[in-house]
Amino acid sequence: MTMRKLLPIAVTAVLLGATLGAQKISITGAGATFPDPIYEKWFSDYNKLHPEVQINYQPVGSGGGVSQITQQTVFFGASDMPMTDDALSKTPGHIFHFPTVLGGVVPIYNVPGVTAELKFTGPLIADIFLGKVTKWNDKAIAAVNPGVSLPATDIAVVHRSDGSGTSFIWTDYLSKVSPEWKQKVGANSAVSWPTGLSGSHNDGVAALVKQTPGGFGYVELIYALQNSIASGPVQNAAGKFVKASLDSVTAAAAGAAANMPADFRVSITNAPGAGAYPISSFTWLLLYENPKDKALAKTMNDFVKWALSDGQKLCAGLGYAPLPANVVKLELAQLAKIQ
Amino acid sequence: MARPRTSAGDVLFQGGTGLFALVIVIITAGIAFVLWGRSALTIAKFGFGFWGTDRWDPVSGDFGARTFIWGTLYSSILALAISTPLALGIAIFLSELCPHRLRQPLAFLTELLAAIPSIVYGLWGIFVLVPAIRAVEQALPDWIRATPLFSGPAVGVGMMSAAVVLAVMIVPFSSAVAREVLKAVPAAQREGAYALGATRWEATKIALYYTRVGIVGAVMLGLGRALGETMAVTMVIGNTPQVSASLLAPQYTMAAVIANEFAEATSSLHISALVEIGLVLFTVTLVVNAASRLLIWRMTRQPHERSIVAPLVPEEKSA
Repeated sequence: MTMRKLLPIAVTAVLLGATLGAQKISITGAGATFPDPIYEKWFSDYNKLHPEVQINYQPVGSGGGVSQITQQTVFFGASDMPMTDDALSKTPGHIFHFPTVLGGVVPIYNVPGVTAELKFTGPLIADIFLGKVTKWNDKAIAAVNPGVSLPATDIAVVHRSDGSGTSFIWTDYLSKVSPEWKQKVGANSAVSWPTGLSGSHNDGVAALVKQTPGGFGYVELIYALQNSIASGPVQNAAGKFVKASLDSVTAAAAGAAANMPADFRVSITNAPGAGAYPISSFTWLLLYENPKDKALAKTMNDFVKWALSDGQKLCAGLGYAPLPANVVKLELAQLAKIQ
Repeated sequence: MARPRTSAGDVLFQGGTGLFALVIVIITAGIAFVLWGRSALTIAKFGFGFWGTDRWDPVSGDFGARTFIWGTLYSSILALAISTPLALGIAIFLSELCPHRLRQPLAFLTELLAAIPSIVYGLWGIFVLVPAIRAVEQALPDWIRATPLFSGPAVGVGMMSAAVVLAVMIVPFSSAVAREVLKAVPAAQREGAYALGATRWEATKIALYYTRVGIVGAVMLGLGRALGETMAVTMVIGNTPQVSASLLAPQYTMAAVIANEFAEATSSLHISALVEIGLVLFTVTLVVNAASRLLIWRMTRQPHERSIVAPLVPEEKSA
């Protein structure tokens, strides 16, 4: 009986103590789905270090992230594509881009009878996706894969049906290596594909490639690593064939850091450097330079500082490539401007 | 006729339920209004040309809905063509021919199909149906593959897979409604038919004729579902915007393109185009529903006395 009487009082006291003791700070953000796993990990780990800070993230997609930060319904946005000049002109204040982690996109294929690893060059991938190279035994494929006996199977091109940062990185790369692709198709999260089938998300593309003899598509590096899907090396700007890995993706970012623009809106596909994997990209956090709520800004700054330093150590475990040190240094300088 | 007595409660009840009915009108009008407002950019830029253009290029900012309208209508009509005979067969078997003990379990199983989420149908489609359909497509003889209906490479994903998935998804709805309608046929109707010496087939025909309005309603309910179905379709249709009669060709639907591209659409023109696709889908659904209402209205307007006896007693030829 006493227990029953005491319990509500105890609960009330605990709740009261909690509210009085620590002022909870809650920050909300929205945006890209690609970095969602690492962001969730960061927010929960940061919450363990600083129990008063609660960061909520809605993975609604890059487009949703950009529109929500523009309308100021969230404190921070996230996007797999840098915001366009047009989009930036519509925001009520100046927005900073902060690269947080790196991702890569890998070509995957299903060629009956071929066990050897197939190599690709940028122009070759573009020609396949343009529908100009249609058979696996085409001269262009044989030229970069000497000694591999290739079948006369039709190439079944598979791409993403959903608008996605992965498609953006892929088409951004193809636009850089093929003038014809740039002119006819261009780079975007969704494009008018000249040929092929579409699968939904990484798993849909992977399933279609796996099932269709002659299938050729692309998936996120993380997805390929987690599902141990074989991918082919791609020739980089230095002429080397490089397999996608966390190291080669970080190398691409390091190579690009030399010419980093002040606003970090940079594409690192086809980056220079012998070890750079050419189909790599940053993903960005979007923050206002002069947010209305100064207290939140201070908390967010502390978090970003942590994410760019200690947070980077959590990347590899989840399959993300960490930022190179020189990029982090540039970002910390930009972060100091937010107040 | 004397007016029924009214009380304050009656008035309140009428007002309250009337308000609920009004909410539906307001929501529908609100949807149309918002869709119209949010697609102002593309409405201004493309006008009615949006309905008839094939191009869909988010990079250059050229948008048209024709391929998606075609994909939605074609997949839905194909699905109806497959599901209607199936659903009617199930309904007739369950209401007219099925042994009593089997009736409940069978009805339960068909209705269970309706409770499966569409993503599950989609996954089943990708991993089971598509490979099976690909095998069927590849086994088709060359002279069939030469016809426009089966032209193009046999990759499995495409219109045929979408139509089959949709058909499986709408069968439980159509068959459940058709079964309820057939159950509502008065016993006297059936007994009368048998008393006149009708065979089982003839009695079933009479029951179907008696319930034709409800049956059409059941089919139309399925059509409504098919028009709006998104996830399962997008996973197997191939998502390629093109107008093709070929069952093998990958195509695209309105609901699918909205679901696929909305989240990552960043340019305001692209977003506006997607919202206008929603407006087009809204309009197409409205037109299809209005057409089915019209069909039902015309059927019920026919003179009643002809409706039941006509199939049995030959009409006397007028001189």
